[in-house]
Amino acid sequence: MMATKKASAGKTGRTATTATKPAVGPKAKVTKDQLLTYYRDMLLIRRFEEKAGQLYGMGLIAGFCHLYIGQEAVVVGVQAALEEGDQVITGYRDHGHMLACGMDPNGVMAELTGRAGGYSKGKGGSMHMFSREKQFFGGHGIVGAQVSIGTGLAFADLYKNNGKVCATYFGDGAANQGQVYESFNMAKLWNLPVLYIIENNQYAMGTSVKRASSETHLHKRGASFGIPGKEVDGMDVIAVREAAAEARKHAAEGNGPFILEMKTYRYRGHSMSDPAKYRTREEVDDIRSHHDPIEGVKKWIAEGKHASEEDLKKIDKEIKEIVNASADFSKASPEPDPSELYTDVLVES
Amino acid sequence: MPIEVLMPALSPTMEEGTLAKWLVKEGDTVSSGDVIAEIETDKATMEVEAVEEGKVGKLLVEEGTEGVKVNSPIALLLEEGEGSGDLENYEPEGADTGASSGGSDDTKEAETSKDADEPSRPQGVISGASDPEIPEGTDMVPTTVRDALRDAMAEEMRRDETVFVMGEEVAEYQGAYKVTRNLLQEFGSKRVVDTPITEHGFAGLGVGAAFGGLKPIVEFMTFNFAMQAIDHIINSAAKTLYMSGGQMGCPMVFRGPNGAASRVGAQHSQDYSAWYAQVPGLKVIAPYDAADAKGLLKAAIRDPNPVVFLEHELMYGETFDVPDMEDWVLPIGKAKIRREGSDVTITAHSRMVGFALKAAEELAEQGIDAEVIDLRTLRPLDTDTIVESVKKTNRIVCAEEGWGQHGVGAEIAARVVAEAFDYLDAPPARVFQKDVPLPYAANLEALSLPGKDDIVKAAKQVCYVE
Repeated sequence: MMATKKASAGKTGRTATTATKPAVGPKAKVTKDQLLTYYRDMLLIRRFEEKAGQLYGMGLIAGFCHLYIGQEAVVVGVQAALEEGDQVITGYRDHGHMLACGMDPNGVMAELTGRAGGYSKGKGGSMHMFSREKQFFGGHGIVGAQVSIGTGLAFADLYKNNGKVCATYFGDGAANQGQVYESFNMAKLWNLPVLYIIENNQYAMGTSVKRASSETHLHKRGASFGIPGKEVDGMDVIAVREAAAEARKHAAEGNGPFILEMKTYRYRGHSMSDPAKYRTREEVDDIRSHHDPIEGVKKWIAEGKHASEEDLKKIDKEIKEIVNASADFSKASPEPDPSELYTDVLVES
Repeated sequence: MPIEVLMPALSPTMEEGTLAKWLVKEGDTVSSGDVIAEIETDKATMEVEAVEEGKVGKLLVEEGTEGVKVNSPIALLLEEGEGSGDLENYEPEGADTGASSGGSDDTKEAETSKDADEPSRPQGVISGASDPEIPEGTDMVPTTVRDALRDAMAEEMRRDETVFVMGEEVAEYQGAYKVTRNLLQEFGSKRVVDTPITEHGFAGLGVGAAFGGLKPIVEFMTFNFAMQAIDHIINSAAKTLYMSGGQMGCPMVFRGPNGAASRVGAQHSQDYSAWYAQVPGLKVIAPYDAADAKGLLKAAIRDPNPVVFLEHELMYGETFDVPDMEDWVLPIGKAKIRREGSDVTITAHSRMVGFALKAAEELAEQGIDAEVIDLRTLRPLDTDTIVESVKKTNRIVCAEEGWGQHGVGAEIAARVVAEAFDYLDAPPARVFQKDVPLPYAANLEALSLPGKDDIVKAAKQVCYVE
């Protein structure tokens, strides 16, 4: 994480600023190591989610399962701009955030299968996982709830004056919840160090932003509170990182919250049982073929000759092994012991 | 070994479906995420994506085939370096693939062995704790409930830097009901935080602050307004410890006046005792007098769990003795026998305790010796004290200010019937608010709310006295 804070001289991110990717800005520098790290981190999320989808299809994962495929650049880019000790909180489409925070894929997958080896001992499921160690505060199933809670984490940061910020993620759907604006108001009133990261994947379940929002430029939603906002190409990991770094600086320096609207896209349905009748296959295919965040980084790597086809294949293989191991772990891990039914209801004082 | 592509389930309940269409043919190269087929059930259509990359070696199921079992192989993918020879060596693994061994069978097993495996519910968290001894010669200081609550917060804020109070008008205004009087002066605006009128937002913010290592006291001007925030109290504060497998405690207090005030109409006069007392993951306290208010609020602030602390506006100005002790902390989860008696048990909490005590006096004049139990904590509920009392008196009246249906009294009656049925000489009786929104008109309001006379009447009824 520290290595990504400042780009070293030498290799520039020029390749990233040209071609079809706008908005990086001429000064965005990126090293070979950073590009390879982002490639690896995004690929891990994608392969993990594909595996989760497969396990769902096999009946090993049940209930709701919201996949992050297509949105990988958002969380990987933001994480690259955060510092040790910053908190992360999000809604129910949360597997990618957990992996980006460095949580163990085995523990995440085993939670998806409802096993004792899961992060919540199998009691939380896809939408409810946490890691105090990695400063990941969930994983929240109620749309918009994480915005107030994330604002409270930032309140605690300011109270303790620890210089940390809270990255609070929510979707374009949650952006219409009342408590989001209650939180915006308090966050600016008290200048809390919070980044509001709107992952605008353009559909709240099956309802497009246009059909649900009177103001579709969601980064403007903080204007009446005096909160600055910015629209970012959420399919471009470098653009995301640069914007998040600027926003983090703003918040950490006592200027209060910052809103980043990440324009992104989810390839899969809202959840596993989504027939996706609200959009065309052409639309999905177009994004996949022309704006895929992982292919984008792969292209920069090739253009900059940072790694050979062979090197990338090696990374792919490594990721595949990690993901397969997590699937194996999640199948082998036992169901929680029946005695766990009554534990963790209250902290015993 | 070729990679098997399995028939996926669209939902956890799907057992079979139609393979509607193949979007690839044998010999095509696919990579992860490519759509390879469409499947249908009577409810939905879904695309099947490749999870691995490779060459389509063989399509095992023809398109249009109905009744394809979930998890059966539908195609084979060849990995790099594999050829048609590998297809010939392929043997279906049959029923032994993934799900059947790992998932559904386990579940079935768990279901069939449910009875044998079902753990017994732990017997509450009450560990024989009792009120601290008040040493002889201790000053008893007449204190209003309002000041007792304030003193509790001030003492805990002195003791622990992470405790802070937030809510509407708690600072500059000195509290809508003056419960936070002088806290701003002593602790400053960092720890006594005026919020906008935004219950949903600041309740959630409080939960986040608790996750972040602080100990918030969130004041609701009244619990009627906490309805706007109830999602955070229950979904965020109460459930997260469980959902996180014990990682994420939420040490905080939600407090404020609950129940009927005077002549403020239906929206400002509701008793939420039963609502919160139903929720696992919360502790719920509803004190009557000033000593309990102080001792239990201090305990609530120190408790590592979310606590709903229900006060009563009409009790704030009442004065009671509070022991002048260094650290007056009471155990959560212990009822208090306010008056011993042998003929009938009366349970009550919050303001109703006062009516129960007055009713007991009146009953005594008529020769009925009532025992009055102040519940003090509604969750965990001190069933033992109640049941022991009923074993002695053989009769019970459960009194509460709120509505009767699914109420606190209904719960107590059920527990007494279950645990002391053979001791009962009469069916349990209940006293509660009339089943209407609280009216504004003075006469109707009085008719709606339960009081001393209702308790007296119910007690005589279970004693079969005219």
